[in-house]
Amino acid sequence: MRHIISVLLENEPGALSRVVGLFSQRNYNIESLTVAPTEDGTLSRLTVTTVGSDKVIEQITKQLNKLIEVVKLVDLTEGAHVERELLLIKVRASGAQRAEIKRTADVFRAQIIDMTPSVYTIQVVGTSDKLDAFIQAIGNTSVLEVVRSGVSGIARGEKILGL
Amino acid sequence: MELLSGGDMLIRALSDEGVEYIYGYPGGAALHIYDALYRQSDVKHVLVRHEQAATHMADGYARAAGKAGVVLVTSGPGATNTVTGIATAYMDSVPMVVLCAQVPSYLIGEDAFQETDIIGVSRPIVKHSMSVKNPEEIPEIIKKAFFLAQSGRPGPVVVDIPKDMTLPNERYEYSYPSKVKLRSYGPATKGHTGQIKKAVDMIFEAKRPVLYAGGGVILGKASDQLTELAKILDVPVTNTLMGLGAYPATDRQYVGMLGMHGTYEANMTMHHSDLIIAVGARFDDRVTNNTAKFCPNAKIVHIDIDPASISKTVTVDVPIVGPVDQVLNEMLDLVKGAKKEIEKEALVSWWRQVDEWKAYHGMRYNSDGEFIKPQQAIETLYKVTKGDAYVTSDVGQHQMFASQYYKFDKPNRWINSGGLGTMGFGLPAAMGIKLNFPDNDVVCVTGEGSFQMNIQELSTCKQYNLPVKILNLNNQALGMVKQWQDLNYEARHAHSYMESLPDFQKLIEAYGHVALRVEKLADLESAMEEAFAMKDRLVFMDVMVDPSEHVYPMQVPTGSMRDMMLSKTERT
Ligand SMILES: Cc1ncc(C[n+]2csc(CCOP(=O)(O)OP(=O)(O)O)c2C)c(N)n1
Ligand SMILES: [Mg+2]
Repeated sequence: MRHIISVLLENEPGALSRVVGLFSQRNYNIESLTVAPTEDGTLSRLTVTTVGSDKVIEQITKQLNKLIEVVKLVDLTEGAHVERELLLIKVRASGAQRAEIKRTADVFRAQIIDMTPSVYTIQVVGTSDKLDAFIQAIGNTSVLEVVRSGVSGIARGEKILGL
Repeated sequence: MELLSGGDMLIRALSDEGVEYIYGYPGGAALHIYDALYRQSDVKHVLVRHEQAATHMADGYARAAGKAGVVLVTSGPGATNTVTGIATAYMDSVPMVVLCAQVPSYLIGEDAFQETDIIGVSRPIVKHSMSVKNPEEIPEIIKKAFFLAQSGRPGPVVVDIPKDMTLPNERYEYSYPSKVKLRSYGPATKGHTGQIKKAVDMIFEAKRPVLYAGGGVILGKASDQLTELAKILDVPVTNTLMGLGAYPATDRQYVGMLGMHGTYEANMTMHHSDLIIAVGARFDDRVTNNTAKFCPNAKIVHIDIDPASISKTVTVDVPIVGPVDQVLNEMLDLVKGAKKEIEKEALVSWWRQVDEWKAYHGMRYNSDGEFIKPQQAIETLYKVTKGDAYVTSDVGQHQMFASQYYKFDKPNRWINSGGLGTMGFGLPAAMGIKLNFPDNDVVCVTGEGSFQMNIQELSTCKQYNLPVKILNLNNQALGMVKQWQDLNYEARHAHSYMESLPDFQKLIEAYGHVALRVEKLADLESAMEEAFAMKDRLVFMDVMVDPSEHVYPMQVPTGSMRDMMLSKTERT
């Protein structure tokens, strides 16, 4: 099963490498990883998506909790949550293709954020599935470059991950 | 307030932490610190001959004393030489603080002379690590390092100290904090009462219970509680390799060590039990054998300070996260106050069965033939030291023989590298213990392979007058490797011979110590008596043992706990 684990981490040098190191050291898988500062300057928020059996996920959360710099964590997939990923994609777009790509982008509520006579740069926001679907819809031949941000997530409703 | 340089603060902080000895080796980046050491007398420094040995000395002391050992080394090669010792401590949860000097902060990242990213190198094998970014932080970082190393599940902590953090002419206000606060760290201080009740209920319902005690009982200083609980319940007890001494080996209820080279009766008792009460143990693969076939009818209660140890390899029924002494105390109160008691009739027939297993095989071995058997050497050691020595060991057959045939009745007396299996551990560990417990017998059981991995420390023993005893079970081979090759590779002995052993007699004498060589069984006991009578000399006992001996019992790979070879020809 795919899990999204959200971690509050001390904003200190070396903390991130400990988290990443843990995953490779213990043979856990990382599908995506994002990290950035929070409203509290002493904390970073890290989101990692991973795949594993219940037993493995339990170990991942326990081992993460053992790291001294991990202040708190939550497995977002255990409850209602919102997840978003950002995609920037550069595609070949000339002649009749241009209108076709524009239509596809509209269907996905994507935005063309830069263009040249032969290239569109498009931004898509959504779940990872939606981003996958968009790339498929565009078709392999015209894709020049793909940049994905990795998943960020937050619990729905009143629930917060804070101190 | 007093003004001190970074180097002085570091040493003063150690002294304020109550540190008497540190083990280390100097070098460029550490020179300000060494100068600070020189100018005081509270903290004493032991100069080893290789930094790995400094870590094992600190480790041996830590395991015997139950307090963090301290290491001081220079940057680069000094720091990287500690890696095996840090990993050894990490695997066995030993509290240790390793102070690594570093190149000046303004050179970091430039591949400066003797620069190594020791924080990065040691990251997977430390409980935590910290770099000093500002000299004023030194007292607090040292306080944190000791707190982290010694609390919760203990482990090694590395502190990286750039040279410019210790400049002699830059002084700062010094005060040693009495406490540290870490918002992101808080090991459990108490087990869950509901879970403890549930465990006690299960004990009362069990028909074939067994207590399985690990190194956590020793680290958690809970031997007394464990023993009291076992006595009240009258259940069989087995100790792991790391837990030897947690429950007294000479007691009637003790069934011996369990696992790969555990006793027949311990492994049979585990396999056939209906309730396992695991205390401070971690269901290591060298204990469980094939987890899919592990103790098929047993419910499991697991008490441990580390939540990540629970259900890591074997899924348990009642997890209890907390300090083992506190949890056992609470269990004791419940058991003593209960209206119910453990099912007496079931227990009687369980004991009948367990006693049958004890009688069936025990730890007998074939003692015919011309050679001294390694088992005899350990039995003689036990006799001569009256079972009361600190015994350190290296890694191999000799280690297993020592664990099987020396009957430890006290915790903290059996000192071995169980998790990492580090050859070269034994001698420096013994030195660390002898230095701190000068009135006790300290003996290192070793093999001619392992001993040569830190043999240079004989020189340190001379310098500091450390009269440890060394029992070399000389089988003229990397015996444990050879045993596996006998069993799995049709006796093709690829590189398991020591083809050119040194003349140990001359070697030991060259270092200024005493060596005895024993070839006949008739001489064994008197030679050991003689060695231990030389209270103030290091004595190396080179005992020539049967080179073809194997360690048994030995669990059969991929089998259950009860699948064992009992000798070269018998199987369960
Ligand atoms: C540093 C290190 N290298 C390799 C090994 C693998 N190993 C385990 S036991 C052993 C043989 C040890 O030989 P010796 O010290 O003579 O002990 P014996 O088994 O003969 O009693 C070896 C090589 C190890 N445990 N540690
Ligand atoms: Mg040998």
